[in-house]
Amino acid sequence: MPHILVDNIVKTFRIAQRRPGLWGALHGVVRREYRTIKALDRVSFELEPGELVGYIGPNGAGKSTTVKVLSGILVPDSGRCEIDGRIPWRNRISNAANIGVVFGQRTQLWWDLPVIESFDLLRDIYRIENGDYLRARDELAVLMDLEPLYDVPVRQLSLGQRMRCDLAAALLHAPSVLFLDEPTIGLDAVSKLAVRDFIKRLNRDRGVTVVLTTHDMDDIEALCDRVMVIGHGRILSDSTLDDLRTRVTRERRLIIDLLDEGQAIEDPDVTFISRNGNRVHLQFDPDRVPTAALISRITAKYAIKDLFVENPPIEEIISRLYDEHELR
Amino acid sequence: MANPLALYTHYVSISLRSQMQYRVSFLLGTLGQLFSTGVEFIGILALFDRFGSLNQWTLAEVAFFYGIVNVAFAVTDMLSRGFDHVGQLVRSGEFDRMLLRPRSTVLQLIGQEFTLKRLGRFLQGGAVLLWAALYLDIDWSPSVAALTVITVCCGACFFLGLFINIGTVSFWTTETLELMNVLTYGGIEASKYPLAIYRAWFRRFFTMVIPMGCVTYFPVVAILGRSDPLGTSLAFQYLAPLFGLFYFILSLFIWRIGLRHYRSTGS
Repeated sequence: MPHILVDNIVKTFRIAQRRPGLWGALHGVVRREYRTIKALDRVSFELEPGELVGYIGPNGAGKSTTVKVLSGILVPDSGRCEIDGRIPWRNRISNAANIGVVFGQRTQLWWDLPVIESFDLLRDIYRIENGDYLRARDELAVLMDLEPLYDVPVRQLSLGQRMRCDLAAALLHAPSVLFLDEPTIGLDAVSKLAVRDFIKRLNRDRGVTVVLTTHDMDDIEALCDRVMVIGHGRILSDSTLDDLRTRVTRERRLIIDLLDEGQAIEDPDVTFISRNGNRVHLQFDPDRVPTAALISRITAKYAIKDLFVENPPIEEIISRLYDEHELR
Repeated sequence: MANPLALYTHYVSISLRSQMQYRVSFLLGTLGQLFSTGVEFIGILALFDRFGSLNQWTLAEVAFFYGIVNVAFAVTDMLSRGFDHVGQLVRSGEFDRMLLRPRSTVLQLIGQEFTLKRLGRFLQGGAVLLWAALYLDIDWSPSVAALTVITVCCGACFFLGLFINIGTVSFWTTETLELMNVLTYGGIEASKYPLAIYRAWFRRFFTMVIPMGCVTYFPVVAILGRSDPLGTSLAFQYLAPLFGLFYFILSLFIWRIGLRHYRSTGS
């Protein structure tokens, strides 16, 4: 029995079509026309305890619908789904006590209350024993330096501070799974790093399973071994980041700093991408030409100050995958 | 570990503290309620001053109805604000947050806001009730006293049921329908007068479809110790408040249907 099982989940929405203008609005009152949208189209995956998975896809691909099904908010049309043996929509309350959910764009804290009072209220909502609660709270406070924020009303927190508090709030009841929906959106560089670092430690040290939805590919690169890509309600790819890379493109980047600005590099096995002063970006396929052979050929021919080989950025991999599936 | 009542108490204490942050606003709100309900009662006084009585109902008797309904409704009004906001919560996505928590949605909505300024209505209703009770020659036997308390409690449950109905409708409309206020506020206004003064179809609607009359009119007739112009028996008058409780339970079931609809459509 896997920790999280999602098996052929289908979820359709009926969207009321509205015709333009006043007449259209009146028409809509009398007779509505609906358009059916398949938000999830036979989505399947399994997660083992302690996995840290990136769940990515363009807007409207079905990411948040999946999270809503897993957290028991939505009931799917068909398919099977279990978290630790519980069916989320049938055992909403016991499932809710076992999972944590953080929405980057929305807080679960009480706007007018000092942080500590939100935490205290969550203790009662989640039925946490006071001893367990204090232990969990103090631990989280140390990890994310929360104590100075305890007496601040939530509305006065900066976005980064609020996110740290929201993460803590979702973990007070020691859930075995944490769903994170864009936890770094809008954060400054330092806060982003702090949040990533915390997620990593949480997963590594406590074995909390993390499902991370994000548009920030740096999050994925920094945190996730496994990446699931969803589009049009279907899982398009489910593999390690490296496998995804090699499957979509084997090409590498060769970045060269030339000694003289005027030079142009020409070689049958490379394609030119861009140039910025002395720095030239090239692309090549290591299956067609071994990297070492290419480098020695080029260094023999041109005056070069420095050079290095890189994987194409993850954004590009993902955008190619989207293009393949005509997601734009 | 918090049972529902302890959690509710926690919600209330938070709600009270946040209302106390705006002390002036609270005071003005309470006074406003006191005055607006007070003026309403002065209207009734004026009517009786002009016409003397209302189909054989004296001013003090009508005041007793009025007081009972206002006290019960004030209690509901303190608890039920959350259900007025369901449409807004659904549209903003905040309602999903409630479903993410391991607690019943009804408890969370009741806990959302404890509206203390409704105390104004409660005090005014209580004052009118007290005056009517002292003026009228009521035989305060233990059974009559108990019936009075039960009537207020069942009345509050019944009104809460009406507000839950309003919240339930928002699952389909995602707007709080003004039309529904005909049933709640309109019905509450109507129940401040003895049911017997209304026309038959109106009486039937507010006894059989929406048992507003059951929770206020019939038991109060028994408390006042007078015979019912509608001819009901004393036993029925004692049992009638229970319909308010049934209505509340029924509205919880309908709420669950609405919730199921929401969770399968996500809209």
